[in-house]
Amino acid sequence: MLQAILDHFNYWIAIFLMMIGFYTVVARGNLVKKLVGLNIFQTSVFLLYISMGKVIGGTAPILDDRFQIYSNPIPHVLILTAIVVGVATTALGLGLIVRIRESYGTIEEDELDLADGET
Amino acid sequence: MADLSVHLPALQVVVPLVAAPLCLLAGRAGLAWIIAFAASAAATATAAALAYITIHNGTISYHMGGWPPPWGIEYVVDTANAVILLLVSAIATVVLAFSPASVAKEIRPGSQHLFYCMFVLCLTGLLGIAVTGDAFNVFVFLEISSLSSYALIAMGGQRKALTAAFQYLIMGTIGATFFLIGVGLLYIMTGTLNMADMQARIAGIQDSRTVVAAFAFITVGLALKAALFPLHLWLPNAYAFAPSAVSAFIAATATKVSLYVLLRFTFTIFGAKFAFLNLPLNWVLLVPAVIAMFAGSLSAIFQRDVKRMLAYSSVAQIGYITLAISLASSAGLSAALIHIFNHGLMKAALFCAMGCIFYRIGTTRIDDMAGLGRQMPWTMTAIVIGGLSLLGVPLTAGFISKWYLVQAALQADLWWLVILIALSSMLALVYIWRLVEAMYFKAPPPGLEGAREAPLSMLLPTLFLAGANIYFGLDTRLPVAMAENAATLLLRGQM
Amino acid sequence: MRHHRVLRIVSKLLIPFIVLFALYVQFHGDFGPGGGFQAGVIFASAFILYGLIFGLENARKVAPPAVVTRLVAAGVLIFAGTGYAGLFGGGNFLDYGALRADPVAGQHLGIMVIEFGVGTTVAATMITIFFLFAGRER
Repeated sequence: MLQAILDHFNYWIAIFLMMIGFYTVVARGNLVKKLVGLNIFQTSVFLLYISMGKVIGGTAPILDDRFQIYSNPIPHVLILTAIVVGVATTALGLGLIVRIRESYGTIEEDELDLADGET
Repeated sequence: MADLSVHLPALQVVVPLVAAPLCLLAGRAGLAWIIAFAASAAATATAAALAYITIHNGTISYHMGGWPPPWGIEYVVDTANAVILLLVSAIATVVLAFSPASVAKEIRPGSQHLFYCMFVLCLTGLLGIAVTGDAFNVFVFLEISSLSSYALIAMGGQRKALTAAFQYLIMGTIGATFFLIGVGLLYIMTGTLNMADMQARIAGIQDSRTVVAAFAFITVGLALKAALFPLHLWLPNAYAFAPSAVSAFIAATATKVSLYVLLRFTFTIFGAKFAFLNLPLNWVLLVPAVIAMFAGSLSAIFQRDVKRMLAYSSVAQIGYITLAISLASSAGLSAALIHIFNHGLMKAALFCAMGCIFYRIGTTRIDDMAGLGRQMPWTMTAIVIGGLSLLGVPLTAGFISKWYLVQAALQADLWWLVILIALSSMLALVYIWRLVEAMYFKAPPPGLEGAREAPLSMLLPTLFLAGANIYFGLDTRLPVAMAENAATLLLRGQM
Repeated sequence: MRHHRVLRIVSKLLIPFIVLFALYVQFHGDFGPGGGFQAGVIFASAFILYGLIFGLENARKVAPPAVVTRLVAAGVLIFAGTGYAGLFGGGNFLDYGALRADPVAGQHLGIMVIEFGVGTTVAATMITIFFLFAGRER
């Protein structure tokens, strides 16, 4: 049992982070904290991808005569794209938060709902 | 230079993609509009050519950068996505034709060129999702279209647009990340990202729990993006507070494209047998779809803002589409694709008409629209036609959708579904009637007596869309032929 | 920050090296780890550091926002232009092999230009984001 968990520790870490992030997005009322939660959530998926690219005994995927086994670089490249997407999302989210703060004077969700007349 | 027609799948995406930075460089609203309009018109021409080729010569495959699949990114066009490409690019073109006056009124002067930049970027994303044959590429384009649509929605005039955009950003990102997890799990299991290759490799490992988990993540993620009940909470505010042109474009296209991806993954990659026999996808989709039909329509009845009302109506309409998908038959899939096409036309017409009203009276509240039937007769004609189409009255596009949907339900021996469809259409009658009643049978509220008809530049595209609703209610050859062909391809699991 | 002499001097010393490292990551990208994304961010971090230490006004003089915004678009155009060049060379979109008679040379050239476009856009975008957030009135 323990061995089964340890063998797949990368998946456990990914799931653990994923749930932390997801919980933060759902449970926190502060928009910045929500965005931080969203970031953790996304990062957990990045880790999932990156860890799957590791080939045991493999080296960095730079072609060289001395090595035969390389790690799989494709997940890394994919995640590079996903990270850029994540950065764009964060920047846009923070931009929205700044403007929400300027027009409402608050970034707490319950206060925003009150200001909009929704209870 | 070789024959351009071979490169159509790539041009479909990269022409709008290049237009986006050009709009940014243009710096002025007028020039940016010309670039955006030219790009979307070119995209429409490309989509029409692709549709023609797929109908006559079958599926087209294009290898990005000359790298053959499964190593390179492959763009695949068959009739299923040719319909989507045609719908998205045509709606974008008409909405852009509609937009200059509307944008000049609703968007801050300094950022109007940015509006067009974001608009074509959103178009690029949506076209890219439809055209690509690579699972990860779908995610990238999904995020391109989503990020630009968050920005577009935030450009709405009221401050609630900001919170609506933020809410959509959170929900949309969660949906896209779920999709990403699913694709990652599939990559772990198959070692490929090419859809056709994935399909071949997945066939032998369908009992694996990882594949089932991947399927669940992808379905939930896409359902969030497609605003399938109960994951629709982001949609009403996003549609209601976005600028008029954005509402019209996104309402007509964004959720439809997500539904297309759901179709693609369910039928082409996983296969109908896996999704509907090994797993109970039919019930997973059918129950929320039926609830959506009623909850969406009921919520629509109680809305005071017409844009919000139409947004809830979209939730109900997405219910119809999902219902058709859940039948998993050839007739059901045809009905789904036909309704995707027709619903795009209806909602674009209705939201454009709302744009005309907003342009003149500065609000879309139903009480403020009282008596507009006499003051803005043409806009109101468009609304009535769109509304009738939404109800499914004969001679409109909506009737064709409902007809195929009912037939598909009957074919599956689900006669009670037919009753439910009829009942929920009655609910649609209630909210459309509220609108008609206010427009034609009430006196205008004080201060708004002098409203005039919207300018021609907005009116003509709106009427064109309304006319399309009538046209495709009479001449159903194009959507029906493409949808039936696509349904056969999807059920056979071909790309 | 004007009075923190240590910060000012250290960052003045560091900034050239950051830029140099960014260029190394950029142009070494086709032999080893590196490429436009990373290089762009490192390059932008030099400007952001400058902005943090010497003030937004001075940073705007070094990198005028109007120019930076245009660079965002220019980078994308460089990228897409290379793609189109592949088309005109007789290959598919983004087919670098078609850029030169020798496919390998074409690949080299193509990836260089593409990564240059990516780097330009990423650096310009990061700087723009910094300017936009830092320049907000309180």
